[in-house]
Amino acid sequence: MKAKIHIMLKNGVLDPQGKAVGHALASLGFDGVNEVRQGKYIEIDLAETDRAKAGGVVDRMCKTLLANTVIENYVIEFE
Amino acid sequence: MKTAVIVFPGSNCDRDVAVALERSSGQAPDMLWHRETEVPRDIDLFVVPGGFAYGDYLRAGAVAAHSPVMREVKARADEGTPVLGICNGFQVLTEAGLLPGVLMPNMGLRFLCRDVYLLVESHDSLFTDRYDTDQVIRLPIAHHDGNYFVDDDTLKRLQDHEQIAFRYCDADGAVTAAANPNGSRDNIAGVFNRERRVLGLMPHPERLADPLLGGIDGKPMFDCLAEALS
Repeated sequence: MKAKIHIMLKNGVLDPQGKAVGHALASLGFDGVNEVRQGKYIEIDLAETDRAKAGGVVDRMCKTLLANTVIENYVIEFE
Repeated sequence: MKTAVIVFPGSNCDRDVAVALERSSGQAPDMLWHRETEVPRDIDLFVVPGGFAYGDYLRAGAVAAHSPVMREVKARADEGTPVLGICNGFQVLTEAGLLPGVLMPNMGLRFLCRDVYLLVESHDSLFTDRYDTDQVIRLPIAHHDGNYFVDDDTLKRLQDHEQIAFRYCDADGAVTAAANPNGSRDNIAGVFNRERRVLGLMPHPERLADPLLGGIDGKPMFDCLAEALS
């Protein structure tokens, strides 16, 4: 089973990297870019086949290491 | 004072801080490798040095915070043993949950390597007793991720409990936006834990602890630790 994890900065936390990417897009002539937020995407291939169990484990992984919940939110999907 | 300096793959200020500690205490520190699980019982102070532990993969300090030796350091800190985290060490201590907040990429997205002025917010600690409150000192910074972030509630708690140790200021001690090198909230450069026995700061006191290095504003920190813990 594969877990797909999106980690994004929380609303209200400034994202200098996203801002820099936004400026770069504007300077390349891409109009109408209101805001860019940059995050992380992580895939984990799991031996676990039980969806509920895997959900619990991956949630612990996110809270313990993969995301810093002071500044980041995460969303887990399974495939 | 018996000290231990934690050494991760990617630490690069471990020897500098070991020299500063030995000069002030007269005793060379134990250098503890990151895999160490047997930590001597008689350590009076742990120092987590600067560098790029484990390449700072994922987030600065995130992987190091979960290393075997840090489990021991956390347990000792919970028992009251003082811990000093400098630069990458500060990032490791926040990721380990020993200090509040998080160090994000600098607002200008550049690696900054220069001297800054700092306002000593509180001399009331093991680390800052040889400074005066509101004293202005000069120390070097060398970091890409020094942008200290805390939410509003945590910032208020830090202020209420006087946990802010150092703030970036100008040469006259004015805490201004122009004197903030990296976008840190409230110009915060260093914080204590609630008990004031854990300190993390982005600037490097060990890099200005000898006249040969161009200044000694960092030396009082090691001197007062040696005095308090000997």
